[in-house]
Amino acid sequence: MEFKDTQAIYVQIADYICEQVLLSKWQTEERLPSVRELAVLLEVNPNTVMRTCELLQQQEIIYNKRGIGYFISADAVKKIKQYKKEAFITNELPSFFRSMYLLDLDLDELKPHFEKFKKSNFN
Amino acid sequence: MINIQSLSFSYRKNKPLFDNLQLRLEAGHIYGLLGKNGAGKSTLLKQMAGLLYPDKGTCEVMGYAAAKRQPAFLREIFLVPEEFYLPRVSITRYVNTYAPFYPNFDQGAFFSYLKEFDIPRDHMLTEMSYGQKKKVLISFALATNTKVLIMDEPTNGLDIPSKSQFRKVIAAAVSEDKCIVISTHQVRDLDNLIDSIVIINDHKIIFREDVQTVTDKLSFKTVSRIEESTGVLFADSNLRGHTIITRNTGQEHSKIDMELLFNAILTNHQPIQEIFN
Repeated sequence: MEFKDTQAIYVQIADYICEQVLLSKWQTEERLPSVRELAVLLEVNPNTVMRTCELLQQQEIIYNKRGIGYFISADAVKKIKQYKKEAFITNELPSFFRSMYLLDLDLDELKPHFEKFKKSNFN
Repeated sequence: MINIQSLSFSYRKNKPLFDNLQLRLEAGHIYGLLGKNGAGKSTLLKQMAGLLYPDKGTCEVMGYAAAKRQPAFLREIFLVPEEFYLPRVSITRYVNTYAPFYPNFDQGAFFSYLKEFDIPRDHMLTEMSYGQKKKVLISFALATNTKVLIMDEPTNGLDIPSKSQFRKVIAAAVSEDKCIVISTHQVRDLDNLIDSIVIINDHKIIFREDVQTVTDKLSFKTVSRIEESTGVLFADSNLRGHTIITRNTGQEHSKIDMELLFNAILTNHQPIQEIFN
């Protein structure tokens, strides 16, 4: 995994795990690789992976079975979308809105662009 | 785990290297010891391993005075020095000779590390390249399972693929009861492994913080126009723009840039230290 310079590593690992779930590479109710396994795989400090697990547990994307490990929640997909939505609104939307404001763009003007984008990418 | 109190040390009279140096390191962490050339990184590591003695003050490791080199202390500490000598014997002979000094030595782990590092088992140690010898020594160090593991510039001399292998074996070696201390100039090789930063400068430890605390208090970012940022503590300009450190005022955590932090602390120590106090 290539890490970017912009975000804390533990957040990037959380995104990586969320992506695996959204892409159905890891199934709900499946056990997550152990903290140590993930640390070795990603070449990071196990304490960093612990922090990722705390974050994902807080968001109810994974849960802890004492003595066995972390499992992916039954409604993880829903929770991930909720968590990513919040992140999108706080992190990415402000600069997007700033550009819109500077260019005098209206939300309605963007609608056809969005429809076109959805059609060409996800149909 | 490691407790250094009021340590003073000099190689030559009237030229103190350490003056009243204090440092405490705990188990369960990987410490990155950073400092300029000649700041005393290797000397400090040798003090921890009992290879040099304090002129004044104490250096206690696991409750033992390191300088006394008691067997119970020596079997729980391993130092991988930057410059080392390996005898003209085979790997098997080396292990059979040295492993008995370490009661928790794991032979299976040793050979699996060698395999990970792609080292042929049947060679004489003296017939190997510097990088290969270093990998043998690192594999041996990890296999001893000592409570304290000290490595002086471990990634020096390692080729590109083995840096990644090195990170994997270190990530696997960390545990709650182990203290790993690594001195390095190549911070980018190890910046996702190190979880606490120790900076030595001007005869003293001038900075010692968890990476988590650092990113709680400071933000690291790249901006195109430095004028638009407020409260810049340190800036470094390059082609992509300016990489800057500011106080972290939000809830978000950025990725730590250890090189930038190191340069910042050496040039603008006081205002940054105040944020941590």
